Amino acid sequence: MSSVSQNFMKLFRGSSGPETIPAQGSQKLTRRSSGLGELSRSWESAENLCVLDLGSTSPTNIRHFTEHGHRIYSEDLLTASTDPELLTKDEQGNAILDSRKFLADNLVYPAAHFDVVFCWNLPDYLDESLVKPVVGRLWSVLKPGGMLLAFFHTRDAGPDAPCHRFHIVGADLLEMQKIVLRREARRGPTGAVHTAVSDGFQLQRVFNNRHIENLFRDFASIKFFLARDNVREVLVVR
Amino acid sequence: MSTPASGLAQIGKSVVIKGELSGSEDLYLDGLVEGSIALKGNSLTVGPNGQVKASIDAKAIVVQGKLDGNIQASDRVDLRKSAVVNGDITAQRISIEEGAFLKGKVDIHRADGK
Repeated sequence: MSSVSQNFMKLFRGSSGPETIPAQGSQKLTRRSSGLGELSRSWESAENLCVLDLGSTSPTNIRHFTEHGHRIYSEDLLTASTDPELLTKDEQGNAILDSRKFLADNLVYPAAHFDVVFCWNLPDYLDESLVKPVVGRLWSVLKPGGMLLAFFHTRDAGPDAPCHRFHIVGADLLEMQKIVLRREARRGPTGAVHTAVSDGFQLQRVFNNRHIENLFRDFASIKFFLARDNVREVLVVR
Repeated sequence: MSTPASGLAQIGKSVVIKGELSGSEDLYLDGLVEGSIALKGNSLTVGPNGQVKASIDAKAIVVQGKLDGNIQASDRVDLRKSAVVNGDITAQRISIEEGAFLKGKVDIHRADGK
């Protein structure tokens, strides 16, 4: 579980939460999304949908859904997973993240609450110990027939594939913006003020199709869309 | 980053209030408040140093600081780029600057009741 240590080595321990920010001067890249296109067609005539966006807070996405009369929930799970208070050890003394505490603080919604969940690239960057518990919770908060969109890098993307935030700018069009992780300045135990800026989130693993099918095995159906940018889009239905 | 207009009721950054805060005039809040805030028909601005752990009911709400609690605005909510909000937002209109952080629901209620 070296990834946990690596992630936390970048951060100072403290009580204040980190925040994700767009990389300075980073350009927004536009990409077509077949998965989003299919989702958009399904909600075209729908009213008052309940949508959960698990990426960094996106004013564009909030505007997109509220303008169509839907309710949107925003919850940045990746940033939440960097909370130093989650760090614990397993029976062998390896550093892991406490998934119970994580799910006690995050994704706290009634069962069968959402029509649509945008996972974006969360599973690729989320710590191993949280992936399955989070997908399990997402199953329970989705309505039967509800849809979830997730993106997975292929091996060809390479280990340094940047983590992006996603803005919905069209029925099948996304803007991608590279994000970095920022920690606020704070006083350390000696009273000295520390600040730190890390490079961002690191790709934790590459899922193959079988892993993905296994991850979403409790869902009713799963559909893959292979994109040109070494990303597989996955649309699952509960 | 906007500053309070002169003549506007203000709560400075060293002020701590615990309990119910209510009034019938616009308020600029840069201190710490825990409890509830009711300014029906008026606006509330949480300044960059403001730390609020309260439910808020006002006509218009601007957040530049940190807010834990639900927001109910009869008109609009503005989250500025320095805003960190944990709570649900109900308003007729909402504006969120790039960089603002929100964990919670956004529910837009139009004037026609839809």
